[in-house]
Amino acid sequence: MTILFYIFAAVTVLAALNMVLQRTPVYSALSLIVVLCSLAGVYLLLGAEFMAVIQVIVYAGAIMVLFVFVIMLLNAGHEAPSHRSSIAKWLGAPLIGAFLGVMLMVIWDQFPPTSATPPAHIDGGPAAIGHLLFSNYVLPFEVTSILILVAVLGAVVLAKKEF
Amino acid sequence: MVPLSHYLALSVILFVLGAAGFIFRRNIITVFMCIELMLNAVNLAFMAFSRFLGNLDGQIFVFFVIVVAAAEAAVGLAIIIALHRNRKSLNIEEVDSMKL
Repeated sequence: MTILFYIFAAVTVLAALNMVLQRTPVYSALSLIVVLCSLAGVYLLLGAEFMAVIQVIVYAGAIMVLFVFVIMLLNAGHEAPSHRSSIAKWLGAPLIGAFLGVMLMVIWDQFPPTSATPPAHIDGGPAAIGHLLFSNYVLPFEVTSILILVAVLGAVVLAKKEF
Repeated sequence: MVPLSHYLALSVILFVLGAAGFIFRRNIITVFMCIELMLNAVNLAFMAFSRFLGNLDGQIFVFFVIVVAAAEAAVGLAIIIALHRNRKSLNIEEVDSMKL
């Protein structure tokens, strides 16, 4: 159990690093699929079976297929090297490093390894999630359907030939 | 049992990698994928807190984040297609009409 988490975590971080460093968008997309699938493994270890399956089907399946489809449609090749915006280079890197340091410090300070002991078992199956979704969260769930409808209409209008 | 801090550390590392890609990459599709990476980092934090508090609400939040990410991907990629049709380029440095 414990060793599996560290294997998944290492795969996730390495694939994310590869995704950011890769200069060809298709390779980045494939690395992102690896990240999403190993995160689904982490979700399984956290006892969230339903969300792990949703992660693989919706994220790695549907959304990433859309990304790969657009990359191939637009024939996105090798990225040209940057020649402007040095402010991102000189201000962005220290800020990101500082953010990482502060966040890790806060996490270490607020959640020492012995602080929280999780309950022995949590039911993250489809029955429990569905029950919660249709009792406490029924209004957000219905609003989400409108959001999806508007998004589909917007995507069709934006990608139309005459705009 | 893996402590909560290790899950959160993994989440922060993924978020920082996504933010770094967002700032330093020049291809608009790669930038968009970095946003997805940051969303997933936040999802992992929700999941870890949900497990350690013994509360399913965090998983419902992750469900809604995934739904909104799907809608966002559909609209965003449509915008990228429209942009490519008008500019013939995917480099974000060439999209600067609103820059002073």
